[in-house]
Amino acid sequence: MKEDIVLTMRGICKIFPGVMALNDVDFTLRKGEIHALMGENGAGKSTLIKVLTGVYPKDAGEIRVDGVEEAITIRSPQEAQNYGISTVYQEISLCPNLTVAENMFIGRTKGGTVNWKAMEKRAGELLDSLGIPARPRQQLSNCSLAVQQMVAIARAVDTDCKVLILDEPTSSLDDKEVEMLFRLMRDLKARGVGIIFVTHFLEQVYEVSDRITVLRNGELVGEFEVEKLPQVQLVAMMIGRELENLSVIKKENPSAAAKKEVRYEAKQLSSTESRPFDFYIGKGEVNGFTGLLGSGRSESVRAIFGADPVTGGEVTMEGKKVRITKPLDAMKNGIGYLPEDRKRDGIIADLSVRDNIILALQVLRGMGHPISRAKAEAFADEYIKALVIKTASTETPIGSLSGGNQQKVILARWLLTHPKYLILDEPTRGIDVGTKTEIQKLVLKLAEEGMSVTFISSEIEEMLRTCSRLIVMRDRNIVGELTGDELTQSHVMHTIAGGGGESE
Amino acid sequence: MNKNKRGGLSRYSQLLVPLIAILVLVIFNLIRDPSFFSVGLTANNNGDPVLQGNLISILNGASELVILSMGMTLVTAACGGQDISVGALAAIAGSVFVKVLKSGGSISPLLVLGGFLMCCAVAMVFGAFNGSLVAFFNIQPMIATLILFTCGRSIAYWINGGATPTVASPIINAIGSFIPGVPIPTPILIVLLMGGLFALLFRFTTLGLYIQSVGINQSAARLNGINAVGIKLLSFVILGVCCAVAGMIGVSRLGLINHETLLINIEMDAILAVAIGGNNLGGGKFKMIGSVLGAYAIQALTITLYAMKVPSTDVKAYKAVVIVLLVVMGSPVVKEAADRVTKRIRAARRSGTEKEAA
Repeated sequence: MKEDIVLTMRGICKIFPGVMALNDVDFTLRKGEIHALMGENGAGKSTLIKVLTGVYPKDAGEIRVDGVEEAITIRSPQEAQNYGISTVYQEISLCPNLTVAENMFIGRTKGGTVNWKAMEKRAGELLDSLGIPARPRQQLSNCSLAVQQMVAIARAVDTDCKVLILDEPTSSLDDKEVEMLFRLMRDLKARGVGIIFVTHFLEQVYEVSDRITVLRNGELVGEFEVEKLPQVQLVAMMIGRELENLSVIKKENPSAAAKKEVRYEAKQLSSTESRPFDFYIGKGEVNGFTGLLGSGRSESVRAIFGADPVTGGEVTMEGKKVRITKPLDAMKNGIGYLPEDRKRDGIIADLSVRDNIILALQVLRGMGHPISRAKAEAFADEYIKALVIKTASTETPIGSLSGGNQQKVILARWLLTHPKYLILDEPTRGIDVGTKTEIQKLVLKLAEEGMSVTFISSEIEEMLRTCSRLIVMRDRNIVGELTGDELTQSHVMHTIAGGGGESE
Repeated sequence: MNKNKRGGLSRYSQLLVPLIAILVLVIFNLIRDPSFFSVGLTANNNGDPVLQGNLISILNGASELVILSMGMTLVTAACGGQDISVGALAAIAGSVFVKVLKSGGSISPLLVLGGFLMCCAVAMVFGAFNGSLVAFFNIQPMIATLILFTCGRSIAYWINGGATPTVASPIINAIGSFIPGVPIPTPILIVLLMGGLFALLFRFTTLGLYIQSVGINQSAARLNGINAVGIKLLSFVILGVCCAVAGMIGVSRLGLINHETLLINIEMDAILAVAIGGNNLGGGKFKMIGSVLGAYAIQALTITLYAMKVPSTDVKAYKAVVIVLLVVMGSPVVKEAADRVTKRIRAARRSGTEKEAA
C-alpha cells in the first residue's frame, strides 16, 4: 500500500436478491483528502458505505486499510471503528437527552465505571481544538442541528479515526451551518483524516472536495480530480449520457398558448420544506420540475398541493384567489398529487384495489356520502380496464400488486376525481419500461383533453418527451426555465449544472 | 365471478380463530354435559317468564365486554394502540349515572334518560382527552390512557362523595335484567342495539374506510385529504360512548355503583377480544364482528370454567392457558403456514381446472 493511501476497495460486489447493487467497484481514499462520492438515487453510494462499515457483508472484492498487512473483513460497524473507519449518518444517531460529553464518550468507557471529570475535560479539549461551539455539560438537544452533527463528528474522530464517512451531512443545514461544517472538515483534512463525503449538492462538492468518485447503477464510472471535471460533465456522468451522444428532441408545441389561459399560479409560495418560488401552469399544458435529487423539485410540488405546512405566498386558481394550506384544500380546487414515494405516501397497502381507487373521490364527497359498493366496484372496473391494471380482482390488497400496477392504481385514484391540475412526482420510478411509455402517453392525452399536468422525473429524456416547459432547480432554488428550442438534453444538463449554457 | 367469491370468503378468514374457539368450547361442554346449552323459560321474581340457562348467561354476561371491545376495535385500528382506561372510564360514567338518578326525588324515565345522556357526555369528554393526547401529542395510546387508568376510579369516587349509593327502581331493574314481558335479558338487547348502530354508522358514513386508511398509512391518508388527527380523536370519543353504555349496564345490574369493582380489569379482556378477533393490534384493517366473537369466546370460557366448579381463584390461570393457545393460533407465523397450505391446495386445484378446460 502506498504511503499516503489510507483505504482501498477493489472489485467490490454486492448482490441483493435480483439486483446487482454493486458491480466491481473500486474506491481509493488518500490521507488528508476530502473525497466526494456521487451518484443519483440507486447508484450504489449507500450500499458501498454500508459494505465499508460492515452493515452488509460484501459478496466479492477486497478492502485494505493503512496499517494492516492483509485484506480485511469487516463484519460490523464496531469492527470498522476498530480499523479506524467511522461514520456520521444523515440522521444524527446520538442521544438528544444526554449531555454533549456523554454523547461523545457513551459506549466507550472502560469497565463500566466513568470518570466524569476526566471525561468532561477531554470533551472540552476536543471541542475547543475542533472549534465546535458547544459546552461539554450542555444537553445535546439544546444544540443546533449543525452543532449536533459536529459533536457526532468529534465523537467519530476521537476514536483514532483514519477514515471519516459523512453521509449527507448537509441536507438539513442552512448555508451558515454548512460553512461551519466545512471549516471543521478542512481542519480534519489538515490533520490527515481521509473524509468520504456523500452528498447530492453539486456546489458543495466543488467547494470542499479534492476528488470525486462517480457511481451509476452500481458500477464505477470513474475517479476524478475536482479541478479537472467540469460540473456539466459530472452531471452527464451521474445521469449516464455522454454529452456528444445527446440526441436533440424538439418539442413541436412551445407553450406560448399556455400563458394566455393560466390555470394555476403561485407567487412566492413557500412551505416549511421549500424556499419561496413563483410558478404557473396553463390549461392543457404539461410542464415539469427538473434538477438533481434533493434540488427541491419534490418539495416545490408538495408546497403546491399543501402537503407540507405552507408558510407563505399567494395562489390563484383560474384567476381566483384561493387558500391552499392542506391537501384537502388543493383537492377541492381540482388539484391531484401523485407522490414521489409510492409506498410511504401513496398506497394504503392492506386495503383493496377498489378502496384505493375510490379513496380521493370518497374524501371529496365527504364522510356522510359513502360511495355505494356497486358504484365503487364499477369505478374500479372502469379504471382497471382503462389503465390496464393487472390485478386478480378489485378485492386484492394493493400491496400485493407490482410497483407499476400500484402506480396505476394511484393514478386511477386521481383521475377518478377529474382534476383540472394533476401533479405527478416520479410516476415512472421503479416501474417497467412498457408501463413507463403507457404513463407518458396518458399524460399527453390528458393534456390534450385540457388537463394541466406537472411532471417530475429523474430521467431527463422522459421529461423532454412529455413537457413543453421545464423549470430547472438547483440546490433548492429555481435556476432556469426552458422552453421551445432550449429543450435539449445538453441545455437541461448545463442549466442543472450551472455555469456555461445557463439560459438566464 | 369465481375469483370474487373466493376473495369474499378469504375476507372472513380472520374470524376463523374466534369461531373455532367458540366451536371447541361448545363441543367440549356438550360432551361434558349434554344439557349444558339447554335454554328454558322460568318465572323470575316478578312472575314473568324469562329465558335461563348457560347460553343466556354467556350472552348476557358478555354484554359490557362486547360493547367495550367494539369501541376498542376502532381505537386499535386508527391509532395502532389500545385504551387501557375503559374500565376506569366506565366507573366514572356509572358514577355520573347514579349521581343524576340520585339528584331527583323519584326515578322517572326522563331522569334515567337524562342520566344516560349525562354520563355519555362526560365519557365523551374523557374520551376526547385520551384522544387528544394520542392524536395531537402523538403519545402512545397505552401511555396516554395510563393517566385515566390510574386516576379514573378516584374521580369516580369523588363524584358520589365516596359513598356507594344504591338506586332501586323498576326502570333500573329493567335495564340491568329484564323488561317486564320480554324474556330476553335487556343487556343482550342493548348489545344488539349498539351493533345495529355501528352497522348503520359503517353503512352510511365512510368512518370504516377512513379509520383503516389512517391506521394503515397515516401519511398517505393525509395526502388524500383525510383529517388523520380528527379520525383518531373520533375513535376515542366513540369508545367513550361505549364506556358510558357499559357503565350504565354495570350499574343497573347491581342497582348500585361500586367505583372500586365496577368492570374491574375489563380493559385487558377487551383488548384480548380485539386480538382474538383477528384484528392487528398495530392498527389498520379491522373487523368489528371479530372482536365481538372474541368477547363472547372469552365469556364462554369463563362460564365454562365456573360450570366445571373451578375455584374462582384458579379461573384466571386456566383462562391464561386457553388464551395462549388462541393467541398462538392467530399469530402471523401460524397464519403464514396456513396460507402456504391453502395456496398449495389452490394451485393444485387451479392446475386441475386448467387441464379440464384444455
